[in-house]
Amino acid sequence: MTEFTPISALLGGALIGLGAACLLLINGRIAGISGIASQLLRKPNPDWWWRLAFAAGLITAPVLFFQPTDMPELSLHSNWLVIVAGLLVGIGTKIGSGCTSGHGICGMARLSKRSIVATLVFMTTAIVVVALQKLV
Amino acid sequence: MLLSILSALASGLLFGAGLVISGMINPQKVIGFLDIFGHWDPSLALVMTGALAVYTPAYWLLVRQRTNAVLSEQLHIPNRTEIDCQLLIGAILFGVGWGLVGICPGPALTLISSLQQPVFLFIAAMFVGFWLAPKWMSLMGKSVPS
Repeated sequence: MTEFTPISALLGGALIGLGAACLLLINGRIAGISGIASQLLRKPNPDWWWRLAFAAGLITAPVLFFQPTDMPELSLHSNWLVIVAGLLVGIGTKIGSGCTSGHGICGMARLSKRSIVATLVFMTTAIVVVALQKLV
Repeated sequence: MLLSILSALASGLLFGAGLVISGMINPQKVIGFLDIFGHWDPSLALVMTGALAVYTPAYWLLVRQRTNAVLSEQLHIPNRTEIDCQLLIGAILFGVGWGLVGICPGPALTLISSLQQPVFLFIAAMFVGFWLAPKWMSLMGKSVPS
């Protein structure tokens, strides 16, 4: 059970949007995290470095701006479930060309038909999975 | 090159700070949002609203008027429009993984600094997935979008 936190949600969301907007306006790139992360598996080319820098920003933001106590404690299920979920997230975002950031924010904002459909599909699927898990 | 690396770093820092403040990095909160038939926590709808409220005008009012980015000749904006099986199957698989534990790629990276074992397992598995997907696609005679 978590509480509804409208102010921090809106404020945090605005920062996410600002980071993504800066990357587009200044670097000319879409802030799709699955795409950025997966391309890091390639051999370093000139475009490899901005991706690494963006990922480094994501990773170090908590260390620079927050206390360890600001981080949630994960009470996750079995290791196997985590591994299966990670695999599905990796495969799914690769095949489907994006995740919550690339499709859900950047693509939806551009009114991309593909991104709107993808977002509706992964949201609905995740809602069904959460509902089913509660039944089991 | 150096400037564009610094700007990507700054963008990543803003994005990551947003993930922490918004609660997106808390899997419990994500599950609480997806649990619309239970004790629903609508916060993440507002995270998306906040992000879209900044990104949408930035795109339509600033970026769309330009043919280049500030530090790059090119604006790399996807132009595909077809809704194909790959998009749908990919979104379903992602949705299942996201619903199972409440972690998606951005929060996974930002959670690294909390040094908790499940994060590392998740990220390792996610990268194996990134690596596997093109292999499977080519087995089925399809290419995976880069």
